[in-house]
Amino acid sequence: MSELKPTQNIHEYLAEFDDIPGTRVYTAARARKGYWINQFAMSLMKAENRERFKANERAYIDEWNISEEGKQALLARDYNRLLDLGGNVYFLSKLFSTDGFSFAEAVSTMTDMTFPEYQDMMKKGGRSPQGNRSIKGGY
Amino acid sequence: MARITAGIGSSHVPLLGVAVDQGKTRDEYFSPIFAGYDWTRDWEKQQKPDVVILVYNDHASFFDMKIVPTFAIGCAERFGICDEGWGPRPVPDVEGHPDLAWHIAQSLILDEFDMTIVNEMDVDHGLTVPLSMMFDTPKTWPTKVIPLAVNVVTYPVPSGNRCWALGEAIRRAVESFPEDLNVQIWGTGGMSHQLQGPRAGLLNREWDNKFLDMLVGDSDAARWIPHIEYLRETGSEGIEMVMWLIMRGALGKKTRCLHRHYHIPCSNTAIGHIVLEPEA
Repeated sequence: MSELKPTQNIHEYLAEFDDIPGTRVYTAARARKGYWINQFAMSLMKAENRERFKANERAYIDEWNISEEGKQALLARDYNRLLDLGGNVYFLSKLFSTDGFSFAEAVSTMTDMTFPEYQDMMKKGGRSPQGNRSIKGGY
Repeated sequence: MARITAGIGSSHVPLLGVAVDQGKTRDEYFSPIFAGYDWTRDWEKQQKPDVVILVYNDHASFFDMKIVPTFAIGCAERFGICDEGWGPRPVPDVEGHPDLAWHIAQSLILDEFDMTIVNEMDVDHGLTVPLSMMFDTPKTWPTKVIPLAVNVVTYPVPSGNRCWALGEAIRRAVESFPEDLNVQIWGTGGMSHQLQGPRAGLLNREWDNKFLDMLVGDSDAARWIPHIEYLRETGSEGIEMVMWLIMRGALGKKTRCLHRHYHIPCSNTAIGHIVLEPEA
């Protein structure tokens, strides 16, 4: 048996997540808030639902228990806003595929870059962790 | 007696599956990635594992938010292929090994790992991409597979230490199975990547390689890496690397590295691959 470590305090554990620049960690609080956004996105796995959604996006979204703010963010494909509202990227990716976007292109819309700029950054080794690890620490 | 003869770590980026399915594995973009798996494909032809315990995560494909199991073991005879929104990958269904899977599930529960048992399940790119990387495009997969799905999406995900300890318990379970089976364990996902928010695209070659170093030899330092370090250093989706620790834990006190590969980038992600064997 390995050495026993004391159980980590959940409040301290969660508080650290807010110190990461440009990142929304998918915590239980976000999962609860975004439950119906994510379950809506999941429904787009079925071809018949994709067709109904494409035929009338607003009408399809109105079938779900999502706030007006969430509905507007979905219609606008405002992915950073959707992350704030508890959306998770693996669920939201069902919307990427419905729109015919690649994962990388959809992801690039959450950054301050165009897709070609984002692709260029990735080819050159990606975004550096330098200065991107901690808001408070600035390292 | 069944025994764990080797462990493999590998990324499972969906774009790799697309490259295989569209025959692009040797084009300019993909060639340096796939070349790093040539050694392993030849080696697997000699190893001929009977069963692979394949540790992966489902990406909102089979599991949605209704049920979020921390550790789920697939005990079915057969696993279908998920349609992830672009149509199912044109790969064979995955054949399970219910006898060994149920034996492991029962042993783990007695060993105080309270597993979720899954009797019907489709599997997504997290599981099929590593099979394609290691076995190419056969008509049927040359090994049986026990899927072991880990929640690495909704926090808290399991700690590195818990993953390592689960690997240790899987080894004990496999070694108490009476049939003579050659079993491998694969840990998949990673390496550094972030698919969300303004920090998307973060990669960390230095940290990833330090992590690969830590899997070799007799150190168990990697089991103590806290979640916050993965998040800061390797991006929000780099946390998938805790699944490699289940593989490492199952190999015992000491490992030897047979093969290692690292490439940046594949889509949004750093590709890492390692082949390990237990060393007495």
